[in-house]
Amino acid sequence: MIRINCPYCGERDHSEFTYGGDATIKYPSLDSSEKEWTEAIFFRKNIKGFQLETWHHSNGCRMWLEVERSTVTHEIKSIKPCHPDLQKVVENNK
Amino acid sequence: MTSKRLNNYGKINRDKTISFTWDNKKYNGLEGDSLASALLANNIGVVGRSFKYHRPRGIFSSGVEESGALVTIGSKDRRDPNVRATTQELYDGLKASGQNAFPNVNFDLGGINNYIGRFFAAGFYYKTFMGIPPFEWGKGTSIWMLFEKLIRKAAGMGSASRLPDPDSYEHAHDFCDVIVVGSGPSGVSAAIEAAEKKLDVILVEQDSLVGGDQLSESEFSTTNTLNQLQSLGIKVMTRTTAFGLYDNCVVGLLERVTDHLSISKNILPRQRFWTIRAKHIIVGSGALERHIAFNNNDIPGVMTVNASKHYLNRYGVLTGKDIVIATNNDSVYETAEQLSEAEANVTVLDSRTDIEIETKNKFEIRKGFVPYNINGTKKINSLDISKSENIKKFDTINCDQVLLSGGWSPAVHLLSHRGVKPKWNHENACFIPNDTKENITMIGSSRGLWNKDDCVASGVAGATDALNRLGISKTNYFFPKPGGWKNPIKPLYEVKYKKSRSKSFVDYQHDVTADDVRLAHREGFISVEHLKRYTTLGMANDQGKMGNIIGLSLMADLLNKEIPEVGTTVFRPPYTPVPVGALSGRNVGKHFRPLRVTPMHQWNIDHGAKMIEVGLYQRPWYYPKKNETLSDSYIREATVVRKTVGICDVTSLGKISVQGPDATEFLNRIYSNAFAKLQVGKARYGVMLRDDGIVMDDGTSWRLSENEYFMTTSTAAAAKVMAWLEELLQTRWTNLKVNVTSVSEQWAGAAVAGPKSREVLNNCVEDPSLITNENFPFMGVISTFLKGKIPCRIARISFSGELAFEVYIKSDFANTMMDLLWDNAQIYDGCLYGLEALGALRVEKGHVTGAELDGRVTIDDAGLGKMASIKKSYIGSAMRRRGVLNSENRETLVGFFPMDLKETFNAGTIVCEKNNISGQGIGRITSVTHSPELGHWIGIGFVEGGVNKWKDITLVGADPVRNKQMNLKVVSPHMVDPTGERMYA
Amino acid sequence: MTRFNAWNVIKNGLNGQSGWSRQWRDPEPKNNYDVIIIGGGLHGLATAFYLAKNHNIKNVAVLEKGWIGGGNAGRNTTIVRSNYMMPGNHEFYEHSLKLWENLSHELNYNVMFSQRAHVSLFHSPGAKDSAARRYNIMRLHGTDAELWDLKTLKKKIPHLNYDDSRFPILGAAVQKRAGNARHDAVAWGYARAADQLGVDILQNCEVTGITRKNGNIESIQTSRGTIKSKKVGFAVAGNTSLLWQMAELGNLPIESHKLQAFVTESVKPLLDQVVVYGVGGAHFYISQSDKGSMVFGGDLDWYKSYAQRGNLPMVQDCAEAAMAILPCLGRIRLLRHWAGVMDMTMDGSFFICKTPISNLYLNAGWNYGGFKASPASGWYFADLIANENPHNYVHNHNLERFEKGINIDERGAGPDPKLHG
Repeated sequence: MIRINCPYCGERDHSEFTYGGDATIKYPSLDSSEKEWTEAIFFRKNIKGFQLETWHHSNGCRMWLEVERSTVTHEIKSIKPCHPDLQKVVENNK
Repeated sequence: MTSKRLNNYGKINRDKTISFTWDNKKYNGLEGDSLASALLANNIGVVGRSFKYHRPRGIFSSGVEESGALVTIGSKDRRDPNVRATTQELYDGLKASGQNAFPNVNFDLGGINNYIGRFFAAGFYYKTFMGIPPFEWGKGTSIWMLFEKLIRKAAGMGSASRLPDPDSYEHAHDFCDVIVVGSGPSGVSAAIEAAEKKLDVILVEQDSLVGGDQLSESEFSTTNTLNQLQSLGIKVMTRTTAFGLYDNCVVGLLERVTDHLSISKNILPRQRFWTIRAKHIIVGSGALERHIAFNNNDIPGVMTVNASKHYLNRYGVLTGKDIVIATNNDSVYETAEQLSEAEANVTVLDSRTDIEIETKNKFEIRKGFVPYNINGTKKINSLDISKSENIKKFDTINCDQVLLSGGWSPAVHLLSHRGVKPKWNHENACFIPNDTKENITMIGSSRGLWNKDDCVASGVAGATDALNRLGISKTNYFFPKPGGWKNPIKPLYEVKYKKSRSKSFVDYQHDVTADDVRLAHREGFISVEHLKRYTTLGMANDQGKMGNIIGLSLMADLLNKEIPEVGTTVFRPPYTPVPVGALSGRNVGKHFRPLRVTPMHQWNIDHGAKMIEVGLYQRPWYYPKKNETLSDSYIREATVVRKTVGICDVTSLGKISVQGPDATEFLNRIYSNAFAKLQVGKARYGVMLRDDGIVMDDGTSWRLSENEYFMTTSTAAAAKVMAWLEELLQTRWTNLKVNVTSVSEQWAGAAVAGPKSREVLNNCVEDPSLITNENFPFMGVISTFLKGKIPCRIARISFSGELAFEVYIKSDFANTMMDLLWDNAQIYDGCLYGLEALGALRVEKGHVTGAELDGRVTIDDAGLGKMASIKKSYIGSAMRRRGVLNSENRETLVGFFPMDLKETFNAGTIVCEKNNISGQGIGRITSVTHSPELGHWIGIGFVEGGVNKWKDITLVGADPVRNKQMNLKVVSPHMVDPTGERMYA
Repeated sequence: MTRFNAWNVIKNGLNGQSGWSRQWRDPEPKNNYDVIIIGGGLHGLATAFYLAKNHNIKNVAVLEKGWIGGGNAGRNTTIVRSNYMMPGNHEFYEHSLKLWENLSHELNYNVMFSQRAHVSLFHSPGAKDSAARRYNIMRLHGTDAELWDLKTLKKKIPHLNYDDSRFPILGAAVQKRAGNARHDAVAWGYARAADQLGVDILQNCEVTGITRKNGNIESIQTSRGTIKSKKVGFAVAGNTSLLWQMAELGNLPIESHKLQAFVTESVKPLLDQVVVYGVGGAHFYISQSDKGSMVFGGDLDWYKSYAQRGNLPMVQDCAEAAMAILPCLGRIRLLRHWAGVMDMTMDGSFFICKTPISNLYLNAGWNYGGFKASPASGWYFADLIANENPHNYVHNHNLERFEKGINIDERGAGPDPKLHG
């Protein structure tokens, strides 16, 4: 069980969350070309080791989180809300 | 072997006799017995048969490593195959029997395999059974499958019940600072140390009693130990196995709650599966004694040395009369003393010569000798022995038992679950645990400590390690060095038999012999993983707890390598087998998945609804009147809707509240059609695409105010759409000021459809003037009150193609709304209609649902391309433009009529050209219905190139899996009221 | 090399098994090969075999970092079927199934392919129709496929949960020619047969570097020295991205996910068919091995991972799914569970294709489907390497399909790799 420390709810089992994907993908603007979109949607770094990824606390506070986690050991280094405003709130509450 | 109960030994309750049956014969045991000890007390030696050769199997051990005494317990729907007699507690009325034998384990016809066993070497089945023998003539799989039938019958061990398991199981959860696995000297000292330092401690013990190996000692009080632990507030869980370690210090436990009780008390679950989330794990899982491979080392009467001591001191059972102990280490001498004291005639063969042993008793020690061959079949008659230097038969000792100790293997399994490979410790001839960065500490003999004092010290060190790692203390500690015997162990894994066709067993249950290992080597299966898979060594119920190291050592020998160079097998969870039932807990039968119902679920049932499963929901399928079939009913319902009015529960649709100053911009980006100019008080049908330009879902969004929308989604995609919107807002478009909230559970909805729907609503609302055609046009939205001043939201939208409204009300008022609508609908001879009629109505109109939008369909394919805005960019707008997605010949939405209007057809039918009924065809039918309006069957689906391409051309519907084929005509998907006059009425 | 047959089994039974020798050689790497296949799994070994057998290219080496068949070859639930419906996919998997049917004879190695029928349950009228679409397409390709009504199903498998099921069992879509096989035997059988044709199988030969010259791959650095080759094929599902990056080729439409598999203690025959179903968010497949173990599995662990071990939520989920249809399994004990690393692709379909490097070929992205694909994967990958042109069945199974909008998405799940299977 990966235990994920949700900034809002506290430490919970990963089964409360839904894995999103690579958090470093830069989605192009809506009017960008098919080529740019193809690269963003379909191609992945697929890192073996620590990567930035998104998780959705789907059975909790519904926050999307940016998690730095090893894809080999599953160890988590850092967790923060994806949304910058929520990041600020979490920082201020520390 | 002649085993018997002694009068003055053991921790059993001699005042309480327990009766049980073995192979249908009645026997007595005592309270506190295991099934194995009770069998031994009754001098029952043969308790099983091996997997391949069907050789008689006795009791090899006294614990979880048992690979011989696997028996079947219980009967009928409570029949448990493959139960280890050594860990099964005896209870009154226990029914046990031998398995993998016919007619019984004592006389088994399958024993013939032992005599033709020379042909059954490791991997022989890969070399034959392919075709007609002897040269494997033929092709295909049929010959193999004939052989396979026989092989499958012969394989397997016990026979499982085919009836549903009647017992219940539970999931349970707990948290702690430290979980200690094992209640031996090290585990107890670790738990006490941690508890005294104010940590919250759970101690788990797989046995029914705490004490670990001390239960094999004559002077040990399990009660005192338990009291001490509990007085410190430690949660002690006996009969509980830590079966696996998982990420982040999560431990899986199996607690056996009633397996030791005779009457199954239905109020208690049979077992509990615990998920423990600890901050630190301390493992004192002990060590397992190994046997030695030599010829016929599997004859009943062979046992590990420590097991014999355990039977003596815990159960008061002396396992033999004339006992030979064969060893290569010091651990056996205490047992030899005690067995002698119990008046067994003991001889110790020690493979070592230059050793010093102090003994009080007068038993013979033959230094420099090893076991060579056992004479006997179902029991031991005598043991041939050899000098350890020059292997050949030297002498024969008459005996009825041979106890073996080939060294000890620390139980590193749990650490292995974490991917930590153990390291080889040469001095002690065993694998010991490696260090790990995770919060796991190995203590006691599971880290290779053989002395009790060392184990206790390691427990304190382990607890200190935990405290340090948890940041509570910074205390220095040290672990004693592995080992602790006076004389060094001398590796002894196999005594090689000089004659051909030896049967020196490495893995008892799977009949893997030393010769099998040598054959594997000869054939190139030299890595430990290949060896394991080719010979099945270590794949039996004990997962190689006894035999693995012996197999490794034999291979190392053949390769002239050290054991660690050959490799280590990775132990997988569970440590001991865990019933599937326990893992699934209460989530069985109807509770497999949660059931979702709408607030008017009971109302629907009370009004005659037959329900159907839609995802996790149950929704009204149809409302049959007396004697009506599904088909009678939905045709009537659909007819009534088109003629007067019908009411349908649409609550299961996803409902999302979209609020904020940027809500309009947000909707404009996520829907492919324009939303920027939607007025307050209006709804719009919208189609959402995925990033890749394929249709994700459709629904309506109602503009309630400047900054608030009420969005509906399909039932199936409700959760997905919600998560998607949140993802977009929280990760991609973080500057948009929009909040989305799921309100699916908050609102109950009903569709009121049909030419009389406005009249019905007139009677239901407080202010009928609001719903005139002028005030409430098609796609209008109002917030108003149902009679009784109940606030509601109504939109004039139509899925059926009739004048229709969707009414939403707070869920608590669902029944009131339904009563109100239904009372008034009946005035106009209206009906309640279910999903089947809804389907019929929408197919007539060519409206798509999930059956059409299968995740591969574009908005153009679905015939909705014209809706998509060309003036704006939206999710999917770029990728929609990709090459083939726009090709002329794509499969496009159409309607289908059977050529012969009396014909029927099914969804899932493949549409083909008349002269080419094969392959992918040129399209498919996705939804069908009998059309009450048209009076015949109709369908919608997709055909390459769409309607225009196939006008007036007869196509064929091929449905070979339902033995159907029919001629088809392609028509516009809008088959009823194509101009939509009725909706606007 | 002694042929495998009953005659020789009996002969060796009488002479103490002395007539058997290594099933494949343990050669030293040569300096130069015509083709190097990286990855000694089923696909790599099969490719080498068909290169030699079908195309007479015998100067071939298979490079395996550990021991052959040690990756996903040994981490699957051994199901073989061809119930695919997307263009190309169906033809490919059906050809694979045909190769399976004669594989033991072809390799002279009993891979124990047992056509015990693949029974895919359906639980609603809609699910029946969507199964009908798939199985009709199979039939129209000449593949066997049928629907069983409830009565037939009850007769064939009486102990499914017909009475107390959360989702009613209404019938099943069945492919009788499907079944399962002995996974290790397939790896060893291909290795032995390829070896006999002259292929070098180089175990403990880990690729540590890839040297490019003029756009081509010139040599491969390995733990056993530098090896040159005219052509190089990747067949390392689970680790494809790592090798791809080693060749400096950037990103792939692949994410590595882990899939758990489960084995119980052996019991006497309890289930004759392969039974699968998917409903209520569950996905489950089960069969009984010849040894008597129930072998089953379900969904991914749902998060990206290169770890070959799973976590408890999916263990529990699979146990629940097992009990949902076979409530007699309650007392059967789980013996072992572990995980394999899958190449999950963006549409759930595989790649057998050329790459931006002209002498490099890619075989990857097998999702859950790699085991059954092995023979055809080897066949068509060998064909591509030998003839340079992708066969019609796999001509869309390339890296460009996404930009072109070609859809080979069997589930219609869209570009989220964890949703395919």
